[in-house]
Amino acid sequence: MSKNIIIDGLTVPFQEGQTIMDAAMAAGLYIPHLCHNPEFKPHGSCKLCTVNVNGRNVASCTMPAAEGQQVLNDIAELNAERLALTQMLFVEGNHLCPACEKSGNCNLQGVAYYLGMMSPHYNHFYPAREVDASHPDILLDRNRCIYCELCVRASRDVDGKNVFGLTDRGIMTRLIVNATSGLLGDTSLAATDKAAQVCPTGALLVKRKGFAVPIGSRIFDRHTIKDVQTGGSHE
Amino acid sequence: MSDRKIRVATCSLAGCFGCHMSLLDIDERLFGLLELVEFNRTPLTDIKHCGPCDVGLVEGGVCNAENVHVLKEFRKNCKILVAVGACAITGGLPAMRNNIDLWDCFQEVYQYEGGLEGGKVPNDPELPLPFDKVHPIYEVVKIDYFLPGCPPPADAFWRLLTDLLNGREPKLDYEMLHYD
Repeated sequence: MSKNIIIDGLTVPFQEGQTIMDAAMAAGLYIPHLCHNPEFKPHGSCKLCTVNVNGRNVASCTMPAAEGQQVLNDIAELNAERLALTQMLFVEGNHLCPACEKSGNCNLQGVAYYLGMMSPHYNHFYPAREVDASHPDILLDRNRCIYCELCVRASRDVDGKNVFGLTDRGIMTRLIVNATSGLLGDTSLAATDKAAQVCPTGALLVKRKGFAVPIGSRIFDRHTIKDVQTGGSHE
Repeated sequence: MSDRKIRVATCSLAGCFGCHMSLLDIDERLFGLLELVEFNRTPLTDIKHCGPCDVGLVEGGVCNAENVHVLKEFRKNCKILVAVGACAITGGLPAMRNNIDLWDCFQEVYQYEGGLEGGKVPNDPELPLPFDKVHPIYEVVKIDYFLPGCPPPADAFWRLLTDLLNGREPKLDYEMLHYD
């Protein structure tokens, strides 16, 4: 007999071991998220996927689905909190979309469009962050990093190279590179590595590909992130 | 509502006038718009100071003391103030200088770059005082509505203006909302 949870009034089946996010995705339901990618072990850090389960707010990407859960997802209160989290991500980094090659294909933008973000609302930090262009094929622009650890996970768990890591904590958190020089060009990272492909923002970009598709014809110019991420593709 | 026309003012602070160009891209709809609105201070009328207005559209961020004076004049005179475009909303491309020392920036532009006679950093007392960082306008005055985009599409301008003229809360369609 299949087990079910209820998400926004809909009965959603799940299998043992699945998270609420897994069950929702399998059922074609969208829960906004940035640090989660179903190809990797959940990280649970961005908190965008927070849902209300039987009265308590939890991260749906790490919360195991269990019989009897009443889940609230697409409600005004949670979407307002998701919008605030997204706005904080925008002001904590330097996200200048008109100057970014990833614009239109960026999940941070996609989520912001979905949530109807009209402005970043908070005062900008304009932090000083390092750009690393030392690698011949890959650009690392820390101005756009949101510390989702997808490149860390991909390099460690898929590529077996351990190129990336996060250091320090809180607002001091930084993305670092595993080389004595600290430079990407001195690592074994290749443009074909999973780690070079998974960045949800424009922090890690494969060089000479930036304008292969013109601005205005890109993924989130034409489709909502909800449609893209419930349609099987996770680009 | 009285039968007087709705008064609209516009300006560009630390911007490139691209948003104004996009506003003009509403093309022949401008004729219909002019039946309903009259322009106060804008680069189109060349009126130098903003008088009492219903709607103010502000392009560009705040990069110097003069920008703040103009912005405060707009806020004082406009019932509804709208931040138009990426620079007004995030600082935009001018904010890319925010992590470069201002003096280094000036030297690069006026001294090291060839072509300027004398090669000196301008220092006329009439020049507005530049700020060390560029800021979006909502960090300086209260903003009522935001129109994102670099520039916002003409259709987004049209939607904003027609919604405001009809007393509706402005709401953009998905394809009108973008940050680039």
